[in-house]
Amino acid sequence: MTYDPGHITGAMVAARIERRWTAISIGIIALLIVMAAYAGIHQAVMPQPRVETADPRTLHIAGEFIESNLGSAVEPDGSVTVRAVGQQYSFTPQCIVVPADTPITIRATSADVVHGFLIEHSNVNTMLVPGYISTIATRFATPSERVMPCHEFCGAGHEGMWGRIKVIDKATFMKLAADRRRMTCVAQ
Amino acid sequence: MLHSRRLILAHFWLAFAGFGVALILGEWQMFIRSPLSAWIGNPEWYYRSVTAHGTAMAYVFPTLVAMGFGYAITEAALKRPLIGGNWAWAGFALVAAGTVTAVIPVSLGLASVLYTFYPPMIGSPFYYIGVVLVVAGSWIWVALMSVNLYTWKRANPDTPVPLAMFANVAGSYLWAWTAVGAAIELLFQILPAALGLTTTIDAGLARVFFSWTLHAIVYFWLMPTYIAYYTIIPRAIGGRLFSDPMARISFALFLVVAMPIGVHHLFADPQVGAGFKFMHSVFTALVALPTLLTVFTICASVEIAGRLRGGKGVFGWITALPWRNPMMLAVTFSFVMLGFGGAGGLINMSYQLDASIHNTQWITGHFHLIFGGAIVIMYFAIAYDLWPHLTGKALDSFRMMRIQLWSWFVGMIVLTFPWHYVGILGMPRRMAFYDYTDPAIAPQAVSVIASVIGGAILVVSGALFVAVLVRGHMAVRVEPGEYRFSVAAHQPARVPAALNGFGLWVSLMLALTVINYGFPIVHLMSLRNTSVPVVWIGAPR
Repeated sequence: MTYDPGHITGAMVAARIERRWTAISIGIIALLIVMAAYAGIHQAVMPQPRVETADPRTLHIAGEFIESNLGSAVEPDGSVTVRAVGQQYSFTPQCIVVPADTPITIRATSADVVHGFLIEHSNVNTMLVPGYISTIATRFATPSERVMPCHEFCGAGHEGMWGRIKVIDKATFMKLAADRRRMTCVAQ
Repeated sequence: MLHSRRLILAHFWLAFAGFGVALILGEWQMFIRSPLSAWIGNPEWYYRSVTAHGTAMAYVFPTLVAMGFGYAITEAALKRPLIGGNWAWAGFALVAAGTVTAVIPVSLGLASVLYTFYPPMIGSPFYYIGVVLVVAGSWIWVALMSVNLYTWKRANPDTPVPLAMFANVAGSYLWAWTAVGAAIELLFQILPAALGLTTTIDAGLARVFFSWTLHAIVYFWLMPTYIAYYTIIPRAIGGRLFSDPMARISFALFLVVAMPIGVHHLFADPQVGAGFKFMHSVFTALVALPTLLTVFTICASVEIAGRLRGGKGVFGWITALPWRNPMMLAVTFSFVMLGFGGAGGLINMSYQLDASIHNTQWITGHFHLIFGGAIVIMYFAIAYDLWPHLTGKALDSFRMMRIQLWSWFVGMIVLTFPWHYVGILGMPRRMAFYDYTDPAIAPQAVSVIASVIGGAILVVSGALFVAVLVRGHMAVRVEPGEYRFSVAAHQPARVPAALNGFGLWVSLMLALTVINYGFPIVHLMSLRNTSVPVVWIGAPR
């Protein structure tokens, strides 16, 4: 190749601009990662930390997902734990009741295939994988009634798998809970 | 000069035939679950259709486009006939046979498990065998790409590997390694169950293996599009490629970081702990880097074209661009959709934001915008650009091409923007029916109808696309000349060894996979009692 000063200068300018853009790109990505890490540490929405298992073959006879233990339970510290099971093509309980403005832990699993668990207009959104327990921490600010569909294809009846959740006034909930071990909408 | 014209045409036509059928199924699905249609009656039909649509669009169509385009690149870039033409036909035959083997049980309703399989649901073994055959056929292509590259390199030790071939082989290696996850899931978990050899399956582990494939497969779909950005567009619009080494760096980065990030599809899954979810989130952010580099390089290359055509000033080069050239339209539309889709992708990759849209219709909208929009519109451009070289006949229905590209772009926007919106409202995925009279669901009705209209525009556009190609076969005979790729503004006489081969990048790809997937897989395999009974789909009732 013959010596061409214009060509070489042009190539150097191009390389410099390119390096500058690469640095900006890396900066954007680093910022995004830092934001995600910060939000993860300081906000409530976090993946569940541990992997817990539950055998779907014995769910109904032993452990925390036996039928009499499903529904909402008030814990000694005043928080509420909701236990639920998804199966083709419904949730048990089909309607969940929880108090407003209270820390809530949802623990759920599947009795057969993979299901989804989503409460509309909230950050409650998880998968129910048979063999494993999903845990989500949440809090509902005000009383409301929302739908709770299964969002994962679970067979030909998937489109009918809609549950509901009722968020009720905290005082009312606690009064009802005083004489019941586990709460669902049905028992209300 | 392309020698294997019939081979390449066979790949493209089978790809576009599958695409056409799947496109119509897609629009039917859109309609049947919208407020415009009454209760479907038998919802199983819907899931049958979704399985066929997904299998054709995700496995058959892009794989055949990548294979056909790969053979064309091999001959055009290396300037020699393809080595292993008979093997290539064998690969094509396997893909075709696999497609038929998979489609029969799906259309009979014996494998309505969707293209993502979802064990412990298990369908007919023939469905999975068909998918395995499609992948096996594509692996012959991977081997051929490798053989052709290394034979050429031995004969030309002092010449840099042409960029198009470098990128093409990067794409093939990416696919070879990406497909391993689903292959393990199919061969060791699903097929033994489908054949009745086992009665239980670890659904959580299967999801981890599938995630290995599920994300990087998107980058495999993307590869032909990126190759077209770098090596076709600058030439087609009369510009120069801004930078050859930067293009190689982008493709090498895709090879390394596209793969070990799939756990971001499992953010909401209980079988992977928080630590690895965060790690995969970070690596998912990294994969934005080669795309940001590409956006810069291609915009700069397009600017060169504008200035060569006499454009002056800060924005003058934009109006000087050849806007009536279909390739200019295609790359513009592709970039706009890549921009919106990429922004959506950044939302999906961050755990906190993902929680509000995970597995809602937002996700379906997202990947239709990226794949169906940004990627597939460039498949059209690739076909338009190659067609005269494949048929030896003029492809000059430029007005039709412009209408086709415009309608695909408009249709895709009308389809996917409302689709994203109903996802934010919480509309769940993959349902044959929604009760729009329910006050909680009623607000979604109007958006769903808008998406049906978008889908209808896409069906018209798809028909136009096929019409343009068919007209190409019937046009006057021309001598298209040699098939050329873009020339870089500063064409390098040598490139660093690392950017002329794959040793370093493939090693990094394997190492990162072991780091990012090793622990979750070993951990799940060591857990006891996590295998659950299989649930048969399509069994006689």
